[in-house]
Amino acid sequence: MSEHAHGHHRNYLRIYFILLGLLVVSIVGPMAEIRIVTLITAFGVAIVKAYMVAKNFMHLDVEKPIIQWLLGIGLVLMLILFGGLAPDVMKDKGHRWEKDARFHQSTDPGHHDGAAGHGEKSDHGTSGSGH
Amino acid sequence: MSAKPIATTRSAMDIPTGRLAVWWLLVSEIVIFGGLLVAYILNRQAHSAEWSAQAAVTDWRIGAFNTFVLLTSSLSAVMAHQAAEKGDGKKAARLLYLTCLGGLVFLIVKSFEWTTEISHGYTIMSHTFWSYYYTLAGLHAFHVIAGMLVMLWVAGTASRNQELHRVENVGIYWHFVDIVWIFLFPLLYIAK
Amino acid sequence: MAHHTHAADHGAAHGAHHDQPWFIKYFWSTDHKMIAFQYLWTGMLMGLVGAFTAYVFRMQLAFPGQPVPGWGVVSPGEYNSLITTHGSIMVFWVAMPVLIAAFGNFLIPLMCGVDDMVFPRLNRLSYQIFLLSAIIIVATLFVDGGAFGGAWTAYPPLSADARFSLTPAGSTMWVIAVALEFVAFLMGGINFIVTAMNSRAPGMKALDVPIVVWTIVIASLLFMASVGPLFAGAVMLLFDQTLGTGFYNPGKGGDPILWQHLFWFFGHPEVYVVLLPAMGIVAEIMAVFARKKLFGYKTILYTIIATAVLSFFVWAHHQFIAGIDPRMANVFTVTTLLISIPIAEMCFLYIATLYGGSIRLATPMLWALSFIATFLLGGVTGIFLGASGADVYFHDTYFVVAHFHYTFFPIAIIGTFAGFTFWFPKMFGRMLDERLGKIHFWGTIIPFNFIFIPLFFTGAAGDHRRIYNYMNFPDQATPELQALRITATVALLVMLAFQAVFFFNIFKTFRSGKKAEKNPWDSNTLEWTADSPPPHGNWAELPTVSRGPYEYGVPGRAKDYWPQNEKA
Repeated sequence: MSEHAHGHHRNYLRIYFILLGLLVVSIVGPMAEIRIVTLITAFGVAIVKAYMVAKNFMHLDVEKPIIQWLLGIGLVLMLILFGGLAPDVMKDKGHRWEKDARFHQSTDPGHHDGAAGHGEKSDHGTSGSGH
Repeated sequence: MSAKPIATTRSAMDIPTGRLAVWWLLVSEIVIFGGLLVAYILNRQAHSAEWSAQAAVTDWRIGAFNTFVLLTSSLSAVMAHQAAEKGDGKKAARLLYLTCLGGLVFLIVKSFEWTTEISHGYTIMSHTFWSYYYTLAGLHAFHVIAGMLVMLWVAGTASRNQELHRVENVGIYWHFVDIVWIFLFPLLYIAK
Repeated sequence: MAHHTHAADHGAAHGAHHDQPWFIKYFWSTDHKMIAFQYLWTGMLMGLVGAFTAYVFRMQLAFPGQPVPGWGVVSPGEYNSLITTHGSIMVFWVAMPVLIAAFGNFLIPLMCGVDDMVFPRLNRLSYQIFLLSAIIIVATLFVDGGAFGGAWTAYPPLSADARFSLTPAGSTMWVIAVALEFVAFLMGGINFIVTAMNSRAPGMKALDVPIVVWTIVIASLLFMASVGPLFAGAVMLLFDQTLGTGFYNPGKGGDPILWQHLFWFFGHPEVYVVLLPAMGIVAEIMAVFARKKLFGYKTILYTIIATAVLSFFVWAHHQFIAGIDPRMANVFTVTTLLISIPIAEMCFLYIATLYGGSIRLATPMLWALSFIATFLLGGVTGIFLGASGADVYFHDTYFVVAHFHYTFFPIAIIGTFAGFTFWFPKMFGRMLDERLGKIHFWGTIIPFNFIFIPLFFTGAAGDHRRIYNYMNFPDQATPELQALRITATVALLVMLAFQAVFFFNIFKTFRSGKKAEKNPWDSNTLEWTADSPPPHGNWAELPTVSRGPYEYGVPGRAKDYWPQNEKA
């Protein structure tokens, strides 16, 4: 549409090559196997890439502010959800229970206090070696 | 029923109706993927060593190739939009077909990847990491398929130089699918 | 829109398309009014299903073990299925379709002065998906093992594992039906929001929009922003049920509390999703029947927004005893008590609207006033439950049941009747019988209080909810408590019997009711400037707007109302 005319003089090819460069960074960086470098190159770069796509390809920078707010609100809500869930989901031990995620977990129900075992229909051959 | 209602042609917010609707769609998509990602990240953090051992199995080369494919298809989508703005429906349609091809390559690679993993015993049931892995990537692939179908339809009308504004709208959706993958790639393939 | 014949004499709900076959007209229409009626009647029909389930399990509670007329002896499994189906249907298939979809579809284009929704075909698809979901949820009552029995909140492991819920087919169908319903309402919500944002009549500024449009739009927005995680969670639950994944299974490294969070992250905003449209309907009626400008339009709008924002910070008050982090319980107690402030403020503003007005006690106004009265009781009892300390005792007792019925009944039933009786002349072009309307009103509102006030007492006395037979619990099997349970059941029977008056009223009005003029209530908003019922396309010439929606009793004018479209 017409008010989108600002998009014309964008050099999409240049943005594309920057994105590819960033992709290489996000692959090579984590190979150093240093936690902080991994965090920055894998996730930091992902945020930069997403920002570039949103800004240049989706033209969010020239979009009406209300749209930017809307998308921002969606993201903020996910942060709220994260904050609300974190204390519970990240806790894997309690007074009388424990989460156990060992590979090839037994499906024997009632083995764990308060834990639901799994239905007979879900027996799938990979189970049964845990005990 | 043939004519558009006047409602569709009004624009009190000064944003074209179709594009406004796509943005709203994306808001609802952000929270769908967001909810799943939040659950995944929290669980991953909670069992970081043990899940990392599972995540080590995923092949970053396939993930990287698919990221490359999706980024490229985003480029052709935005170029289709550029062509549509200039009123060149034929070129826009060709670029949209090219974008669809990108989606197809993505899905083919994905299906080979999954086949390999499943045949090695890493199924959706074998570990909670794999449950999230298949659910996240599957939900994303479902969006790729949906985007391709809509894009084929839009390309059809665009090649007749009709409804050219739809090229931009489907493009915005496609870029969003791309962005989701930009985050899935490090989360599922890189972080070990 | 080619032909605008003003076919106002067409009795029932159709406009100018005489030549369409009936199937196209009633089932394949893209007209927003017809889709509104589809949602309305489907919602009301589902309401009857929900009422029937309530009747059966209330009979079981009052007269345990006795055969219930129309059902037979209720088995424990059936009892679980019935309460689950009742809750699910009443929230997802009655409150939402009627309050948001039916009134939203009918009112938004008419109040914004436009001919249809922005995406009419998407609108039609939305209803069709909704209908499919409704058919699936009703079908669960007849499948092997019965309808899902894990309560409408579907907590795992009851919902995730058929060995616990004993309803293998029912629980999977329940998840699918709920997910489809979400899809339908996402489509509808996008339509509502975009229509209200983009398609308003020329001259209609944001603060000229009637409150009910604001509330429906903000409710759709709330729904859209909160349902995503639960949608993802529903997919995960489906995989847990059918494939045997362990998303919610701690034995496999999953987390059952995760579901509760995802559910209530949606579930609590959902309360406001249905509350806000009802509040909006009440606001319209209050202003029209008090013949006074709505008190504090902007303040009402801000309280709506404040409610919407706060509603995202309160969800874990449903989980105080689920083993959540106690520090979080503190936070959620504070936010929960905070959210009562904007809601209370809204109620005060409505009461202030009444002050000094020349009130007409027509049937819609009676419903609107009773909404405030009953909802206030529901809100006040919520304070006890929002406080995490008190909730330890009250949680999952009948006190909770009575509390949320004192909120949901005003919302879903009183709000619906208020809106229905108010807009009926516009919807169908005839005036409902006032006397029958008032009989129905008193016959509903009095028994309602007799159902749920006793339940506050049984709850405080320790009646846990979701109990099949209290006679098995010596502490609860006292004659005093049983008398309260029987009172509630008898009152329910009386209330259900009075609904016959309502349906008779509709029937009689369709046959021989007085024809409605364009503006029978002397109202300002745009829908009253269209014919009753509005033809396809709503107006021959679309209106423009010159002022806000609540200019009643403006000094110095001959008439006590001042329609929005009238030139200055």
